[in-house]
Amino acid sequence: MSTDTHAPFDKKPESPRGNGELIRLEQVTKRFGNHTVLDHLDFSVDAGKHVTLIGPSGSGKTTILRLLMTLLKPDEGTITVDGEQLFPAPEKQVREVRKKIGMVFQQFNLFPNMTVLRNITEAPVTVLGMSKDAAEERARELLEMVGLTDHVDKHPAQLSGGQQQRVAIARALAMRPQVLLLDEVTSALDPELVAGVLDVLRDIARSTDITMLCVTHEMNFARDISDQVLMFDQGRIIEAGAPEKIFSEPEHDRTREFLSAVL
Amino acid sequence: MTSGLWERVLEGVWVTVQLLVLSALLATAVSFVVGVARTHRLWIVRFLAGFYTEVFRGTSALVMIFWVFFVLPPAFGWQLVPLWAGTLALGLTYGAYGSEIVRGALAAVDPAQREGGIALSFTPWQRMKLILLPQAVPEMIPPFSNLLIELLKGTALVSVMGMGDLAFSANLVRLALQESAEIYTYILLIYFAIAFLLTRLMRGLEKKLKAGVGKAPARKADVELKRPETTNVGGAV
Amino acid sequence: MEWDWSAVSDFMPHFWDGLLVTLQILVLGSLISFALGLVWALLMRVPTRWVTWPVGAVTEFVRNTPLLVQLFFLFYVLPEWGVTFSALTTGVFAIGLHYSTYTMQVYRAGIEAVPVGQWEAATALNLPLRRTWTAVILPQAVRRVVPALGNYVISMLKDTPLLMAITVLEMLGEARLFSQQNFQFTEPLTVIGFAFIVISYLASLALRALERRLVH
Repeated sequence: MSTDTHAPFDKKPESPRGNGELIRLEQVTKRFGNHTVLDHLDFSVDAGKHVTLIGPSGSGKTTILRLLMTLLKPDEGTITVDGEQLFPAPEKQVREVRKKIGMVFQQFNLFPNMTVLRNITEAPVTVLGMSKDAAEERARELLEMVGLTDHVDKHPAQLSGGQQQRVAIARALAMRPQVLLLDEVTSALDPELVAGVLDVLRDIARSTDITMLCVTHEMNFARDISDQVLMFDQGRIIEAGAPEKIFSEPEHDRTREFLSAVL
Repeated sequence: MTSGLWERVLEGVWVTVQLLVLSALLATAVSFVVGVARTHRLWIVRFLAGFYTEVFRGTSALVMIFWVFFVLPPAFGWQLVPLWAGTLALGLTYGAYGSEIVRGALAAVDPAQREGGIALSFTPWQRMKLILLPQAVPEMIPPFSNLLIELLKGTALVSVMGMGDLAFSANLVRLALQESAEIYTYILLIYFAIAFLLTRLMRGLEKKLKAGVGKAPARKADVELKRPETTNVGGAV
Repeated sequence: MEWDWSAVSDFMPHFWDGLLVTLQILVLGSLISFALGLVWALLMRVPTRWVTWPVGAVTEFVRNTPLLVQLFFLFYVLPEWGVTFSALTTGVFAIGLHYSTYTMQVYRAGIEAVPVGQWEAATALNLPLRRTWTAVILPQAVRRVVPALGNYVISMLKDTPLLMAITVLEMLGEARLFSQQNFQFTEPLTVIGFAFIVISYLASLALRALERRLVH
């Protein structure tokens, strides 16, 4: 963890594992009833990379994020994060490994009973054992980064959707995660509020070494930040590659159909 | 009515208030312990809590009072002071109803809040304490307010055991005066006044708690529409 | 603790007598509360304060005061006014009246839940007010209120022992009488406690089944 309290988040390199593999899913299967959402899926993400998952709804993109956040359990397969198993694993280990992962939700999921500041400081204090002063100082830095310094003592209900989502991003970053999961973070926002949120995320992608897994329908954003784009269809990855390649010369018909529908 | 008889009535009010406060405290404790236990991840904990609720909700409060007064002492060899026996019987019974309120309000918190808590690596207990309960408690106040009125009416049951509460004092006065209408009218009015006061207090509490979560108090109509499922204590006692 | 099975078998004939009285109170009390509650609910919709205010005040008063004291009131005061009923009749009326102040809220919620469009359609068809109520509004409201009314029947079951206080020999009354005559408290009180749990549990299962049928 960085000791430099003035930096809003960990600056580039100094990640102990350099650019090695950070996330690995092996033969992961997830079913809901009779419906197989993920079918023996294999894939891995290197540390520091930004990966965007695209594909039609119901293709299993969000399920992957939810599996990594342990909101769901796979029916088969193994999930490893930073060399430690996340599934299958005993509850105690799950809790430890989970601390390396942060998530920003489509519906923000801020805690309405807490102020903006406390939303951000609560987990660092109770989960990481950070002192209250240190957590608040860091929260203020993060709020400055997302441009919400004036709203520290408000409750989430007093903020616009875009502001709430920027608080949620700050809240996730306050835990100094190695991995940040972004689950359609702009889908619930009014169109005029989307840009503000995406700018914050671009900034994070550019200036940190946090590994990002992103499910989004904002293709321009995906093109800007991604190192790799994965095209999902019916629980499988049907095409993977650099964004320039996927967006300009997709190989697969399904990818072409999907892109022409969303672009 | 003579002042001596009024003194009897005032003593009765005092016993009723004591019993109400004590059994409300016990019932609240039982409600939260059992209600939270019903969301536990171990099935055996959930089962035991559910079993408690079914048994104590299933039986009649008056039968429970008889049981605590007559069956417990010979069974365990100790005699409870009437005030504590009444507190125990009422607290355990109304706590079972209260646990349903707690469970219902916890279940009504948006599941996304739980996910938000997991994503920040809170333990289950931290999620309960920091996220779920603070959001659920303000929602519990209107049904708890109804339950408190039911409990107030329930305190009258101890008079059957000869405990000198408000309802019992009416009996004494009736025997002294050989006349019923006047004293029973007064007694009913006193109960009504206490109930009115309690309702006001709970409404103030609700306002205060909801302000902390940035919400307006629920409309009366919403509360009553939900009431049959949530408390279902039944009317009377 | 001493458990004496012979006391249980001695008590059982009294238990059945008591159960019969309990069920009698429950059925008659429920019918009164259903009917009277509907009357209150309809009166509360009369568009003049001269009706709604007194009805609202009286029902509020009855709902917020103990049934036990109401039972004593009717049991001791009515004879003073020259009106004499049996204890059972008085008890059934008191419990029915008390619960009618709850069922009226159920009816009100049920009536308010009927969409405004139904009233508008009835007006558009020029239905007379009585017909609007009996043919359009109430049939739709009743379906919604059945589960909530059922819950109150179960609650009422648990209040039937209060009638013991005015000498009615329902289950608890029989148990107390038997206990005092034989100095055996544990067995009869446990038997009826168990009976209450079983009956209300079965009733709640039946109610859930009924609810499912009404949904379809």
